[in-house]
Amino acid sequence: MNRYLQEKVGFAVLGLAALVVVLPILVVVGVIVVRGAAGISWEFLTGMPRQGMKAGGILPAIVGTLLLTLGTALVAIPIGVGGAIYLAEYARDTWTTRLIRLAIINLAGVPSVVYGLFGLGLFVLFLQFGSSILAGSLTLAIMTLPVIISAAEEALRAVPVEFRIVSASLGGSKWQGIYHIVLPQALPGIITGILLGLLRAAGETAPILFTVAAFYLPRLPTSILDETMALPYHLYVISTQVPGMPPQISYGTALVLLTIVLSLNILATLIRAYYRRRRWW
Amino acid sequence: MFRTSARNWGEFFIVALVRVMGFSTIGFVLLIFLFLLREGLPAFWETSLDNFFGTRWYPTLGFYGTLPLLLGSVVVTLNAIVIALPLGVGTAVFVREVAPGWAREILKPLIEVLAGIPSVVLGFFGMTVLAPLVREVLGMPTGLTAFTGALVLAYMSLPTIISVAEDALDAVPKSYRDAALAMGATRWQTIWRVVVPAARSGIVTAVMLGLGRAIGETMAVMMVTGNAARMPLSWDALFRPVRTMTATIAAEMGEVAQGSTHYHVLFAIGILLFVVTFFINLSVALTLFRRQRRGGLR
Repeated sequence: MNRYLQEKVGFAVLGLAALVVVLPILVVVGVIVVRGAAGISWEFLTGMPRQGMKAGGILPAIVGTLLLTLGTALVAIPIGVGGAIYLAEYARDTWTTRLIRLAIINLAGVPSVVYGLFGLGLFVLFLQFGSSILAGSLTLAIMTLPVIISAAEEALRAVPVEFRIVSASLGGSKWQGIYHIVLPQALPGIITGILLGLLRAAGETAPILFTVAAFYLPRLPTSILDETMALPYHLYVISTQVPGMPPQISYGTALVLLTIVLSLNILATLIRAYYRRRRWW
Repeated sequence: MFRTSARNWGEFFIVALVRVMGFSTIGFVLLIFLFLLREGLPAFWETSLDNFFGTRWYPTLGFYGTLPLLLGSVVVTLNAIVIALPLGVGTAVFVREVAPGWAREILKPLIEVLAGIPSVVLGFFGMTVLAPLVREVLGMPTGLTAFTGALVLAYMSLPTIISVAEDALDAVPKSYRDAALAMGATRWQTIWRVVVPAARSGIVTAVMLGLGRAIGETMAVMMVTGNAARMPLSWDALFRPVRTMTATIAAEMGEVAQGSTHYHVLFAIGILLFVVTFFINLSVALTLFRRQRRGGLR
């Protein structure tokens, strides 16, 4: 075969692969938006579920997911950003540092259902938090940690070393340089990483199965030791455990979950794009 | 003088704090393993090893054979990788080496959208749209099969495979490409014979990470594979229902009594999953360290 023809065929095959990857994504999002739109109404978004979830709204699940995400953020952000500062600014390349990196790669790879088992064993049973928002948030936070650390470390490392040198030359201590100079410059990247971590937490089901999620609880939680419904678990329940579910309710639930997650996703992309263009170094 | 010393103490405290936060990640891995062992180890003296690695999973009758679940995970995961590997590497090469700028601007965000779609939403789509389609096309009694699971899993591991493979291609020095082109190779020959082979180790890493993601995936797999705990050994096993380790834990943990043998066995399956993913990630970490890349990790 002529090698220029070969090139054309090769590129066409690669393009086809990309198309096969991308088209189903559009189909999935399209189907859920079109079919879910029929189920969305004010009552659906702000009402309590009724008749064994076959009617009414999904407010407790929406509130539950927002609370869990907030709880995850409160725990995972300080530890994640702190850990990233240590790795990017203080840690030298020793075997203990490598052990930390190994731990991070591992935390990122532990199956979500194993996080669920761990949360059940440690928070629910051993520490006796019971099945609660507290136990669920802590479990999700540990799962989110590696995403935030990796992204934040990358953002910190992207800040040129000159910034630190100039700060030191003006008499600033190492921490002052990090806090006043490096951190603000890395902030957009860190925020993007945080959002990407949190959207994963918001959409996860397996870690909350045994640590917080209530099957059917048509009221709002009043304390962090309460159980709560959550959107991903609710979608799982109504699509597998409840026979005769009206499709517009399951698709509507899927659409609400997808909207929350994808809007965080788009926000992260926009922040990154905006600051990348504005960056002057 | 006072200011400086207060500053030093404050700084000392803060550095200690960040250090603790960094080291906490090691603590969390140990805690996870510890609590899995604490709840899972009793399974090994409550059941015999024969029973635990047997071929029958009927917990209500006292049969805790995990082999069908293990093989179920293997069948689904391997097929997912067989589907995802060519698609993922092909897409990564297309995005990095071939696609014009505008195509890249469309492809990259879409792949990020895929990475963001919750597992349960993909599972729901797989159940309601994909499974009926599979049933029609294959003329099978049910569309909830290992194949459907592999298909969904393949797409779930694609974002990981694509982004890591892209990094690998990105790390190939430009001089390699220049040299190949200068010797008269076409762009295709350059990509196929020089760039991709040079990125080989990174592509292997991509596949390993994809494998790790796929084997641990829970919700989507549970919703589309039909969950029949039988040995997937017949020739058409791929097109029949199977049940994975992850799905078993997720489906049964809610119903078992705490401290029962069944409960301990589910944790023991968790130990198995943890150990498998640990070794996958260990091998990834080792290749990363060996490569001594330009700071940071992905």
